[in-house]
Amino acid sequence: MTVIADRVSQIEGSGIRKFFDIAQRMEGVISLGVGEPDFVTPWSIREACIFSLEKGYTSYTSNWGLLDLREAISDKIYEESGVFYDPEGGILITTGVSEAFDLALRAIINPGDEVILHEPCYVSYKPCTVFAGGTPVCVATGVEDKFELRAEEVAEKISDKTKAIILSYPNNPTGAALSKKDLEEIADVATEHDLIVISDEIYDKLTYEGEHTCFSSLNGMEERTILLNGFSKAYAMTGWRIGYAAGNKEIIEAMMKIHQYIMLCAPITGQMAAIEALRCDDETDRMVSEYNRRRRLMVAGLRELGLSCFEPKGAFYTFPSIEDTGLTSEEFAERLLREEKVVVIPGSVCGDCGEGYIRCSYAVSQYELKDALERMGRFLDTL
Amino acid sequence: MDSKEKEIIGILEENARLSDKEIARMAEMAEEEVKGIISKLESKGIIIKYKAVINHEKAGIDTVQALIDIKISPERSTGYDSVAVRISKYPEVQSVRLVSGEYDLSVLVLGKTMHEVAYFVAEKIAPLEQVRNTVTNFLLKSYKEYGEIYEAEAKGKRLAVSL
Ligand SMILES: Cc1ncc(COP(=O)(O)O)c(C=O)c1O
Repeated sequence: MTVIADRVSQIEGSGIRKFFDIAQRMEGVISLGVGEPDFVTPWSIREACIFSLEKGYTSYTSNWGLLDLREAISDKIYEESGVFYDPEGGILITTGVSEAFDLALRAIINPGDEVILHEPCYVSYKPCTVFAGGTPVCVATGVEDKFELRAEEVAEKISDKTKAIILSYPNNPTGAALSKKDLEEIADVATEHDLIVISDEIYDKLTYEGEHTCFSSLNGMEERTILLNGFSKAYAMTGWRIGYAAGNKEIIEAMMKIHQYIMLCAPITGQMAAIEALRCDDETDRMVSEYNRRRRLMVAGLRELGLSCFEPKGAFYTFPSIEDTGLTSEEFAERLLREEKVVVIPGSVCGDCGEGYIRCSYAVSQYELKDALERMGRFLDTL
Repeated sequence: MDSKEKEIIGILEENARLSDKEIARMAEMAEEEVKGIISKLESKGIIIKYKAVINHEKAGIDTVQALIDIKISPERSTGYDSVAVRISKYPEVQSVRLVSGEYDLSVLVLGKTMHEVAYFVAEKIAPLEQVRNTVTNFLLKSYKEYGEIYEAEAKGKRLAVSL
Protein backbone atom coordinates (compact mmCIF):
# COMPACT_ATOMS: atom_id res chain seq x y z
CA MET A 1 0.00 0.00 0.00
CA THR A 2 1.30 3.45 -0.79
CA VAL A 3 0.58 5.55 2.21
CA ILE A 4 1.15 8.98 0.82
CA ALA A 5 -1.35 10.47 -1.59
CA ASP A 6 -0.19 10.94 -5.18
CA ARG A 7 -1.03 14.60 -5.01
CA VAL A 8 1.59 15.00 -2.31
CA SER A 9 4.21 12.52 -3.41
CA GLN A 10 4.41 14.06 -6.88
CA ILE A 11 5.74 17.25 -5.26
CA GLU A 12 9.47 17.26 -4.62
CA GLY A 13 10.68 18.23 -1.18
CA SER A 14 12.18 21.67 -0.91
CA GLY A 15 15.68 21.84 -2.42
CA ILE A 16 16.63 24.11 0.41
CA ARG A 17 16.61 21.50 3.14
CA LYS A 18 20.15 20.37 2.31
CA PHE A 19 21.61 23.84 2.78
CA PHE A 20 19.80 24.25 6.02
CA ASP A 21 21.24 20.99 7.32
CA ILE A 22 24.81 21.86 6.34
CA ALA A 23 24.56 25.39 7.74
CA GLN A 24 23.17 24.15 11.00
CA ARG A 25 26.23 22.05 11.69
CA MET A 26 28.67 24.91 11.03
CA GLU A 27 30.01 27.70 13.20
CA GLY A 28 30.44 31.23 11.91
CA VAL A 29 27.99 31.03 9.05
CA ILE A 30 26.74 34.25 7.46
CA SER A 31 23.37 33.69 5.92
CA LEU A 32 22.17 35.60 2.90
CA GLY A 33 19.61 32.84 2.58
CA VAL A 34 17.05 34.49 4.80
CA GLY A 35 13.64 35.48 3.54
CA GLU A 36 12.67 37.56 6.53
CA PRO A 37 13.67 40.89 8.06
CA ASP A 38 16.66 41.02 10.40
CA PHE A 39 14.82 43.62 12.47
CA VAL A 40 12.78 42.46 15.40
CA THR A 41 9.18 43.63 15.44
CA PRO A 42 9.06 47.32 16.47
CA TRP A 43 8.59 47.69 20.21
CA SER A 44 5.28 49.53 20.14
CA ILE A 45 3.79 46.55 18.29
CA ARG A 46 5.22 44.06 20.75
CA GLU A 47 4.00 46.18 23.61
CA ALA A 48 0.47 46.33 22.18
CA CYS A 49 0.52 42.54 22.08
CA ILE A 50 1.71 42.24 25.67
CA PHE A 51 -0.95 44.68 26.75
CA SER A 52 -3.62 42.65 24.96
CA LEU A 53 -2.48 39.54 26.84
CA GLU A 54 -2.60 41.40 30.14
CA LYS A 55 -6.15 42.41 29.37
CA GLY A 56 -7.03 38.82 28.67
CA TYR A 57 -7.43 38.71 24.90
CA THR A 58 -6.74 35.03 24.47
CA SER A 59 -9.85 33.70 22.76
CA TYR A 60 -10.84 32.84 19.21
CA THR A 61 -11.91 35.79 17.13
CA SER A 62 -14.62 35.97 14.51
CA ASN A 63 -13.72 33.64 11.62
CA TRP A 64 -13.24 36.77 9.53
CA GLY A 65 -10.73 38.22 12.00
CA LEU A 66 -11.16 41.14 14.39
CA LEU A 67 -13.42 43.80 12.94
CA ASP A 68 -11.09 46.55 14.21
CA LEU A 69 -8.27 45.05 12.21
CA ARG A 70 -10.40 44.61 9.09
CA GLU A 71 -11.50 48.23 9.36
CA ALA A 72 -7.93 49.45 9.76
CA ILE A 73 -6.85 47.40 6.74
CA SER A 74 -9.77 48.71 4.70
CA ASP A 75 -8.78 52.30 5.57
CA LYS A 76 -5.17 51.65 4.71
CA ILE A 77 -5.92 50.14 1.30
CA TYR A 78 -8.32 52.97 0.52
CA GLU A 79 -5.78 55.60 1.55
CA GLU A 80 -2.95 54.04 -0.41
CA SER A 81 -4.68 52.94 -3.57
CA GLY A 82 -8.18 54.33 -3.60
CA VAL A 83 -9.88 50.92 -3.58
CA PHE A 84 -12.60 50.37 -1.01
CA TYR A 85 -13.00 46.91 0.49
CA ASP A 86 -15.92 46.46 2.84
CA PRO A 87 -14.54 45.33 6.21
CA GLU A 88 -17.65 43.18 6.45
CA GLY A 89 -17.30 40.55 3.78
CA GLY A 90 -14.58 42.04 1.60
CA ILE A 91 -11.59 41.29 3.82
CA LEU A 92 -10.52 38.05 5.47
CA ILE A 93 -7.74 37.87 8.06
CA THR A 94 -5.57 34.79 7.58
CA THR A 95 -2.62 32.99 9.10
CA GLY A 96 -0.10 34.77 6.92
CA VAL A 97 -0.24 35.31 3.19
CA SER A 98 0.67 31.63 3.02
CA GLU A 99 -2.79 30.61 4.13
CA ALA A 100 -4.51 33.32 2.11
CA PHE A 101 -2.74 32.06 -1.01
CA ASP A 102 -3.86 28.50 -0.42
CA LEU A 103 -7.44 29.60 0.24
CA ALA A 104 -7.53 31.73 -2.87
CA LEU A 105 -6.57 28.81 -5.07
CA ARG A 106 -8.82 26.31 -3.40
CA ALA A 107 -11.74 28.70 -3.59
CA ILE A 108 -11.56 29.08 -7.36
CA ILE A 109 -9.80 26.06 -8.86
CA ASN A 110 -11.59 23.05 -10.26
CA PRO A 111 -9.56 19.95 -11.10
CA GLY A 112 -7.57 20.56 -14.26
CA ASP A 113 -7.93 24.34 -14.25
CA GLU A 114 -4.78 26.06 -15.37
CA VAL A 115 -3.04 28.74 -13.36
CA ILE A 116 -0.48 30.96 -15.04
CA LEU A 117 2.49 31.93 -12.91
CA HIS A 118 5.67 33.74 -13.71
CA GLU A 119 9.04 32.34 -12.75
CA PRO A 120 11.40 32.80 -10.99
CA CYS A 121 8.91 33.06 -8.15
CA TYR A 122 8.20 32.27 -4.55
CA VAL A 123 8.62 28.54 -4.05
CA SER A 124 5.13 27.87 -2.68
CA TYR A 125 3.12 28.90 -5.69
CA LYS A 126 3.58 25.80 -7.78
CA PRO A 127 3.05 23.18 -5.05
CA CYS A 128 0.03 25.04 -3.68
CA THR A 129 -1.50 25.14 -7.14
CA VAL A 130 -1.01 21.39 -7.45
CA PHE A 131 -2.42 20.74 -3.97
CA ALA A 132 -5.48 22.73 -4.98
CA GLY A 133 -5.94 20.45 -8.01
CA GLY A 134 -4.82 23.02 -10.54
CA THR A 135 -2.20 22.79 -13.26
CA PRO A 136 0.59 25.36 -13.06
CA VAL A 137 1.52 26.92 -16.38
CA CYS A 138 4.81 28.71 -16.02
CA VAL A 139 5.98 31.76 -17.88
CA ALA A 140 9.72 32.29 -17.68
CA THR A 141 10.91 35.85 -17.15
CA GLY A 142 14.50 36.78 -17.87
CA VAL A 143 17.01 39.42 -16.99
CA GLU A 144 16.78 40.89 -20.51
CA ASP A 145 13.21 41.84 -19.57
CA LYS A 146 14.25 42.87 -16.06
CA PHE A 147 12.36 39.80 -14.83
CA GLU A 148 9.12 41.56 -15.68
CA LEU A 149 6.10 39.63 -16.86
CA ARG A 150 4.91 40.76 -20.29
CA ALA A 151 1.23 40.71 -21.13
CA GLU A 152 1.81 39.11 -24.50
CA GLU A 153 3.62 36.21 -22.85
CA VAL A 154 0.65 35.69 -20.57
CA ALA A 155 -1.68 35.80 -23.56
CA GLU A 156 0.34 33.14 -25.34
CA LYS A 157 -0.17 30.70 -22.49
CA ILE A 158 -3.90 31.11 -22.21
CA SER A 159 -6.07 28.12 -23.07
CA ASP A 160 -9.73 27.39 -22.51
CA LYS A 161 -8.74 25.86 -19.18
CA THR A 162 -6.98 28.95 -17.83
CA LYS A 163 -8.65 30.19 -14.66
CA ALA A 164 -6.21 32.54 -12.99
CA ILE A 165 -2.94 34.43 -13.13
CA ILE A 166 -0.65 34.72 -10.16
CA LEU A 167 1.15 38.04 -9.97
CA SER A 168 3.94 38.57 -7.50
CA TYR A 169 5.62 41.97 -7.61
CA PRO A 170 7.83 43.22 -6.00
CA ASN A 171 9.20 39.77 -6.60
CA ASN A 172 10.87 37.17 -4.43
CA PRO A 173 13.57 36.16 -5.53
CA THR A 174 14.43 38.72 -8.25
CA GLY A 175 13.44 42.04 -6.67
CA ALA A 176 11.74 43.01 -9.92
CA ALA A 177 8.71 45.31 -9.93
CA LEU A 178 6.19 46.15 -12.63
CA SER A 179 5.25 49.62 -13.80
CA LYS A 180 1.64 50.71 -13.84
CA LYS A 181 1.63 50.52 -17.61
CA ASP A 182 2.84 46.91 -17.65
CA LEU A 183 0.26 45.99 -15.06
CA GLU A 184 -2.47 47.62 -17.11
CA GLU A 185 -1.55 45.49 -20.09
CA ILE A 186 -1.85 42.38 -17.96
CA ALA A 187 -5.17 43.68 -16.65
CA ASP A 188 -6.41 43.94 -20.25
CA VAL A 189 -5.52 40.31 -20.85
CA ALA A 190 -7.33 39.30 -17.67
CA THR A 191 -10.44 41.15 -18.77
CA GLU A 192 -10.35 39.82 -22.29
CA HIS A 193 -10.10 36.20 -21.14
CA ASP A 194 -12.19 36.59 -18.01
CA LEU A 195 -9.45 35.51 -15.59
CA ILE A 196 -8.99 35.91 -11.86
CA VAL A 197 -5.74 37.58 -10.78
CA ILE A 198 -4.19 36.54 -7.48
CA SER A 199 -1.87 39.42 -6.64
CA ASP A 200 0.60 38.73 -3.85
CA GLU A 201 1.72 42.21 -2.80
CA ILE A 202 3.45 41.28 0.43
CA TYR A 203 6.52 43.36 -0.52
CA ASP A 204 4.55 46.45 -1.58
CA LYS A 205 6.05 48.70 1.09
CA LEU A 206 9.54 47.58 0.21
CA THR A 207 9.65 49.45 -3.09
CA TYR A 208 12.74 51.56 -3.69
CA GLU A 209 12.37 52.76 -7.24
CA GLY A 210 9.13 54.08 -8.61
CA GLU A 211 5.79 53.67 -6.88
CA HIS A 212 4.01 50.45 -6.13
CA THR A 213 0.70 50.08 -7.94
CA CYS A 214 -1.93 47.96 -6.26
CA PHE A 215 -3.30 45.67 -8.95
CA SER A 216 -6.90 45.99 -7.84
CA SER A 217 -6.72 49.77 -8.29
CA LEU A 218 -6.51 49.31 -12.05
CA ASN A 219 -9.56 49.81 -14.19
CA GLY A 220 -11.99 46.92 -13.79
CA MET A 221 -9.62 44.85 -11.66
CA GLU A 222 -11.27 45.31 -8.29
CA GLU A 223 -13.81 42.61 -9.12
CA ARG A 224 -11.37 40.05 -10.49
CA THR A 225 -8.38 40.53 -8.21
CA ILE A 226 -7.73 38.61 -5.04
CA LEU A 227 -5.38 40.98 -3.27
CA LEU A 228 -3.03 39.29 -0.79
CA ASN A 229 -0.91 41.13 1.70
CA GLY A 230 0.33 40.74 5.23
CA PHE A 231 2.45 41.97 8.07
CA SER A 232 5.48 39.69 7.80
CA LYS A 233 7.81 41.82 5.72
CA ALA A 234 6.88 45.49 6.06
CA TYR A 235 6.50 45.34 9.83
CA ALA A 236 9.09 42.65 10.56
CA MET A 237 6.37 40.32 11.86
CA THR A 238 7.09 36.98 10.20
CA GLY A 239 6.58 34.95 13.35
CA TRP A 240 3.18 36.43 14.11
CA ARG A 241 1.51 34.77 11.13
CA ILE A 242 -0.94 37.47 10.11
CA GLY A 243 -1.98 38.19 6.54
CA TYR A 244 -5.16 39.01 4.70
CA ALA A 245 -7.07 38.64 1.48
CA ALA A 246 -9.26 41.36 0.01
CA GLY A 247 -11.49 40.92 -2.97
CA ASN A 248 -15.00 40.63 -4.25
CA LYS A 249 -17.40 39.30 -1.68
CA GLU A 250 -18.31 36.13 -3.53
CA ILE A 251 -14.70 34.96 -3.62
CA ILE A 252 -13.84 36.14 -0.12
CA GLU A 253 -16.93 34.35 1.19
CA ALA A 254 -15.77 31.14 -0.50
CA MET A 255 -12.29 31.51 0.99
CA MET A 256 -13.84 32.16 4.35
CA LYS A 257 -15.79 28.91 4.06
CA ILE A 258 -12.55 26.93 3.82
CA HIS A 259 -10.80 29.07 6.41
CA GLN A 260 -13.47 28.55 9.04
CA TYR A 261 -13.18 24.79 8.81
CA ILE A 262 -9.41 24.46 8.54
CA MET A 263 -8.13 27.38 10.58
CA LEU A 264 -11.08 28.78 12.51
CA CYS A 265 -9.32 32.12 12.85
CA ALA A 266 -5.90 33.72 12.81
CA PRO A 267 -4.24 34.01 16.23
CA ILE A 268 -5.79 36.81 18.25
CA THR A 269 -2.47 37.94 19.73
CA GLY A 270 -1.07 38.53 16.28
CA GLN A 271 -4.23 40.32 15.22
CA MET A 272 -4.03 42.67 18.20
CA ALA A 273 -0.41 43.40 17.31
CA ALA A 274 -1.33 43.96 13.66
CA ILE A 275 -3.80 46.68 14.61
CA GLU A 276 -0.95 48.55 16.27
CA ALA A 277 1.37 47.84 13.32
CA LEU A 278 -0.92 49.82 11.04
CA ARG A 279 -0.15 52.85 13.19
CA CYS A 280 3.60 52.34 12.86
CA ASP A 281 4.41 53.59 9.39
CA ASP A 282 7.39 55.58 10.69
CA GLU A 283 9.03 52.35 11.79
CA THR A 284 8.45 50.85 8.36
CA ASP A 285 9.94 53.91 6.68
CA ARG A 286 13.02 53.62 8.86
CA MET A 287 13.49 49.97 7.94
CA VAL A 288 12.87 50.64 4.26
CA SER A 289 15.52 53.34 4.07
CA GLU A 290 17.99 50.99 5.75
CA TYR A 291 17.16 48.18 3.29
CA ASN A 292 17.64 50.62 0.46
CA ARG A 293 21.17 51.50 1.61
CA ARG A 294 22.05 47.85 1.88
CA ARG A 295 20.52 47.15 -1.49
CA ARG A 296 22.83 49.66 -3.14
CA LEU A 297 25.80 48.44 -1.13
CA MET A 298 25.15 44.86 -2.15
CA VAL A 299 24.49 45.47 -5.82
CA ALA A 300 27.67 47.54 -6.12
CA GLY A 301 29.60 44.96 -4.10
CA LEU A 302 28.45 42.02 -6.23
CA ARG A 303 29.25 43.90 -9.42
CA GLU A 304 32.69 44.71 -8.08
CA LEU A 305 33.23 40.99 -7.63
CA GLY A 306 32.61 40.64 -11.33
CA LEU A 307 29.10 39.17 -11.10
CA SER A 308 26.52 40.69 -13.33
CA CYS A 309 23.67 41.80 -11.11
CA PHE A 310 20.24 43.01 -12.05
CA GLU A 311 19.23 46.12 -10.12
CA PRO A 312 16.32 45.08 -7.90
CA LYS A 313 13.53 47.61 -7.38
CA GLY A 314 11.82 46.04 -4.40
CA ALA A 315 11.72 43.31 -1.71
CA PHE A 316 15.08 42.55 -0.05
CA TYR A 317 16.84 40.28 -2.49
CA THR A 318 19.51 40.61 -5.14
CA PHE A 319 19.61 38.03 -7.91
CA PRO A 320 23.08 38.05 -9.46
CA SER A 321 24.07 35.77 -12.31
CA ILE A 322 26.74 33.17 -11.59
CA GLU A 323 26.62 31.67 -15.05
CA ASP A 324 30.16 32.81 -15.91
CA THR A 325 31.60 30.67 -13.13
CA GLY A 326 30.60 27.55 -15.03
CA LEU A 327 28.91 26.17 -11.93
CA THR A 328 25.23 25.42 -11.59
CA SER A 329 23.32 27.48 -9.04
CA GLU A 330 23.21 24.56 -6.71
CA GLU A 331 26.91 23.73 -7.03
CA PHE A 332 27.78 27.36 -6.48
CA ALA A 333 25.60 27.63 -3.38
CA GLU A 334 26.86 24.40 -1.88
CA ARG A 335 30.54 25.16 -2.47
CA LEU A 336 30.19 28.72 -1.22
CA LEU A 337 28.66 27.37 1.94
CA ARG A 338 31.22 24.62 2.49
CA GLU A 339 34.24 26.74 1.57
CA GLU A 340 33.38 30.19 2.88
CA LYS A 341 30.37 29.57 5.10
CA VAL A 342 28.03 31.89 3.27
CA VAL A 343 24.47 30.75 2.62
CA VAL A 344 22.77 31.82 -0.59
CA ILE A 345 19.75 30.28 -2.28
CA PRO A 346 20.22 28.66 -5.71
CA GLY A 347 17.96 30.45 -8.17
CA SER A 348 16.91 27.09 -9.58
CA VAL A 349 14.64 26.40 -6.60
CA CYS A 350 12.51 29.34 -7.77
CA GLY A 351 11.91 27.84 -11.21
CA ASP A 352 13.97 26.39 -14.06
CA CYS A 353 14.67 29.85 -15.45
CA GLY A 354 16.30 30.73 -12.11
CA GLU A 355 19.18 28.41 -13.03
CA GLY A 356 22.40 30.38 -13.36
CA TYR A 357 21.41 32.78 -10.59
CA ILE A 358 21.61 32.91 -6.82
CA ARG A 359 19.35 34.76 -4.44
CA CYS A 360 21.21 36.87 -1.88
CA SER A 361 19.14 38.56 0.78
CA TYR A 362 20.18 41.93 2.13
CA ALA A 363 18.02 41.57 5.21
CA VAL A 364 21.27 41.30 7.18
CA SER A 365 23.34 43.92 8.99
CA GLN A 366 25.81 46.09 7.10
CA TYR A 367 28.65 44.30 8.88
CA GLU A 368 27.47 40.87 7.83
CA LEU A 369 26.84 42.09 4.35
CA LYS A 370 30.39 43.41 3.97
CA ASP A 371 31.83 40.25 5.47
CA ALA A 372 29.75 38.06 3.18
CA LEU A 373 30.89 40.00 0.12
CA GLU A 374 34.53 39.56 1.14
CA ARG A 375 34.02 35.85 1.56
CA MET A 376 32.30 35.60 -1.81
CA GLY A 377 35.22 37.46 -3.34
CA ARG A 378 37.66 34.94 -1.88
CA PHE A 379 35.52 32.08 -3.13
CA LEU A 380 35.29 33.50 -6.65
CA ASP A 381 39.08 33.91 -6.73
CA THR A 382 39.52 30.17 -6.22
CA LEU A 383 37.35 29.26 -9.19
CA MET B 1 20.77 71.43 4.35
CA ASP B 2 20.10 69.57 1.10
CA SER B 3 18.86 66.01 0.72
CA LYS B 4 22.30 64.61 -0.08
CA GLU B 5 23.73 66.06 3.12
CA LYS B 6 20.80 64.67 5.06
CA GLU B 7 21.28 61.23 3.56
CA ILE B 8 24.97 61.20 4.48
CA ILE B 9 24.24 62.35 8.00
CA GLY B 10 21.61 59.61 8.29
CA ILE B 11 24.13 56.98 7.22
CA LEU B 12 26.88 58.25 9.53
CA GLU B 13 24.60 58.53 12.54
CA GLU B 14 23.92 54.84 12.13
CA ASN B 15 27.50 53.78 11.45
CA ALA B 16 30.44 56.20 11.38
CA ARG B 17 33.04 53.60 10.46
CA LEU B 18 31.99 53.17 6.87
CA SER B 19 34.51 54.15 4.22
CA ASP B 20 33.76 56.98 1.81
CA LYS B 21 33.40 54.38 -0.88
CA GLU B 22 30.75 52.46 1.03
CA ILE B 23 28.85 55.61 1.86
CA ALA B 24 28.99 56.60 -1.78
CA ARG B 25 27.44 53.27 -2.74
CA MET B 26 24.68 53.48 -0.17
CA ALA B 27 23.79 57.02 -1.10
CA GLU B 28 24.26 56.45 -4.83
CA MET B 29 26.74 59.30 -5.16
CA ALA B 30 30.28 59.61 -6.46
CA GLU B 31 32.98 58.96 -3.88
CA GLU B 32 34.49 62.40 -4.50
CA GLU B 33 31.15 64.04 -3.85
CA VAL B 34 30.78 62.17 -0.56
CA LYS B 35 34.27 63.23 0.49
CA GLY B 36 33.43 66.84 -0.36
CA ILE B 37 30.14 66.84 1.54
CA ILE B 38 31.67 65.21 4.61
CA SER B 39 34.54 67.66 4.82
CA LYS B 40 32.10 70.53 4.39
CA LEU B 41 29.95 69.16 7.22
CA GLU B 42 33.07 68.78 9.35
CA SER B 43 34.41 72.25 8.69
CA LYS B 44 31.01 73.80 9.36
CA GLY B 45 30.96 72.06 12.73
CA ILE B 46 27.85 70.06 11.82
CA ILE B 47 29.74 66.81 12.23
CA ILE B 48 31.55 67.38 15.49
CA LYS B 49 33.31 64.11 16.07
CA TYR B 50 33.23 60.33 15.42
CA LYS B 51 33.20 58.22 18.59
CA ALA B 52 32.38 54.68 19.68
CA VAL B 53 29.55 53.82 22.05
CA ILE B 54 31.20 51.73 24.78
CA ASN B 55 29.58 49.65 27.47
CA HIS B 56 31.96 50.55 30.29
CA GLU B 57 30.49 48.09 32.72
CA LYS B 58 31.09 45.21 30.35
CA ALA B 59 34.56 46.50 29.54
CA GLY B 60 35.36 46.41 33.24
CA ILE B 61 36.16 50.11 33.24
CA ASP B 62 35.03 51.44 36.59
CA THR B 63 33.57 54.89 36.26
CA VAL B 64 31.06 56.90 38.19
CA GLN B 65 28.63 59.22 36.54
CA ALA B 66 26.23 61.70 38.05
CA LEU B 67 23.53 63.90 36.67
CA ILE B 68 23.71 67.25 38.41
CA ASP B 69 20.58 69.41 38.46
CA ILE B 70 21.57 73.01 38.82
CA LYS B 71 19.44 76.04 39.66
CA ILE B 72 20.90 79.20 38.18
CA SER B 73 20.40 82.91 38.63
CA PRO B 74 20.75 84.06 35.07
CA GLU B 75 22.87 87.10 34.32
CA ARG B 76 21.23 90.15 32.91
CA SER B 77 23.41 90.35 29.80
CA THR B 78 24.18 86.74 28.92
CA GLY B 79 21.36 84.78 30.54
CA TYR B 80 22.31 81.16 31.11
CA ASP B 81 24.95 81.01 28.43
CA SER B 82 28.03 82.27 30.20
CA VAL B 83 27.71 79.99 33.19
CA ALA B 84 26.80 77.02 31.02
CA VAL B 85 29.88 77.61 28.91
CA ARG B 86 32.08 77.91 31.98
CA ILE B 87 30.80 74.61 33.33
CA SER B 88 31.29 72.98 29.92
CA LYS B 89 35.02 73.68 29.98
CA TYR B 90 35.77 71.09 32.67
CA PRO B 91 36.89 67.79 31.17
CA GLU B 92 34.96 65.92 33.87
CA VAL B 93 31.77 67.34 32.41
CA GLN B 94 30.28 65.10 29.70
CA SER B 95 27.24 67.13 28.77
CA VAL B 96 25.61 70.40 29.69
CA ARG B 97 21.99 71.04 28.79
CA LEU B 98 19.58 73.84 29.53
CA VAL B 99 16.28 72.29 30.55
CA SER B 100 12.78 73.40 31.47
CA GLY B 101 11.28 72.45 34.80
CA GLU B 102 12.40 72.85 38.35
CA TYR B 103 16.08 73.20 37.51
CA ASP B 104 17.86 75.05 34.76
CA LEU B 105 20.91 73.04 33.83
CA SER B 106 21.32 69.30 33.64
CA VAL B 107 25.00 68.41 33.75
CA LEU B 108 26.51 64.95 33.37
CA VAL B 109 29.75 64.52 35.30
CA LEU B 110 32.16 61.61 34.93
CA GLY B 111 34.70 60.58 37.55
CA LYS B 112 36.57 57.57 38.85
CA THR B 113 34.93 57.44 42.25
CA MET B 114 31.85 58.83 43.94
CA HIS B 115 34.10 60.88 46.10
CA GLU B 116 35.78 62.44 43.11
CA VAL B 117 32.46 63.39 41.54
CA ALA B 118 31.02 64.78 44.77
CA TYR B 119 34.19 66.71 45.37
CA PHE B 120 34.09 68.14 41.85
CA VAL B 121 30.53 69.38 42.36
CA ALA B 122 31.29 70.88 45.75
CA GLU B 123 34.54 72.48 44.64
CA LYS B 124 33.88 73.60 41.10
CA ILE B 125 30.17 73.92 40.50
CA ALA B 126 28.48 74.89 43.75
CA PRO B 127 30.73 77.87 44.45
CA LEU B 128 30.00 79.56 41.12
CA GLU B 129 28.33 82.86 41.76
CA GLN B 130 25.27 82.18 39.59
CA VAL B 131 24.64 78.70 41.00
CA ARG B 132 21.88 78.80 43.59
CA ASN B 133 21.36 75.16 44.26
CA THR B 134 22.54 71.71 43.06
CA VAL B 135 21.20 68.18 43.34
CA THR B 136 23.56 65.28 42.58
CA ASN B 137 21.99 62.11 41.17
CA PHE B 138 24.45 59.24 40.83
CA LEU B 139 23.80 56.93 37.90
CA LEU B 140 23.38 53.33 38.98
CA LYS B 141 23.10 51.52 35.68
CA SER B 142 22.83 52.29 31.98
CA TYR B 143 20.26 50.57 29.86
CA LYS B 144 20.49 52.60 26.69
CA GLU B 145 22.90 55.30 25.53
CA TYR B 146 23.00 57.27 22.29
CA GLY B 147 19.99 55.34 21.07
CA GLU B 148 21.70 51.98 21.55
CA ILE B 149 20.32 49.37 23.92
CA TYR B 150 23.07 47.82 26.04
CA GLU B 151 21.68 44.33 26.35
CA ALA B 152 21.14 43.54 22.69
CA GLU B 153 18.00 41.62 21.92
CA ALA B 154 17.97 37.99 20.98
CA LYS B 155 19.97 37.68 17.78
CA GLY B 156 20.52 34.65 15.66
CA LYS B 157 17.09 33.20 16.25
CA ARG B 158 16.29 33.42 12.60
CA LEU B 159 16.70 30.28 10.56
CA ALA B 160 19.71 30.41 8.28
CA VAL B 161 17.56 29.47 5.32
CA SER B 162 14.03 30.61 4.70
CA LEU B 163 12.07 31.27 1.59
C1 LIG C 1 6.22 36.37 -2.17
C2 LIG C 1 5.87 35.86 -0.83
N1 LIG C 1 4.58 35.60 -0.55
C3 LIG C 1 4.23 35.11 0.65
C4 LIG C 1 5.14 34.82 1.63
C5 LIG C 1 4.67 34.26 2.95
O1 LIG C 1 4.27 35.28 3.78
P1 LIG C 1 3.54 35.06 5.17
O2 LIG C 1 4.59 35.17 6.23
O3 LIG C 1 2.57 36.20 5.26
O4 LIG C 1 2.87 33.75 5.16
C6 LIG C 1 6.48 35.08 1.39
C7 LIG C 1 7.50 34.79 2.42
O5 LIG C 1 8.67 34.63 2.17
C8 LIG C 1 6.86 35.61 0.13
O6 LIG C 1 8.15 35.87 -0.15
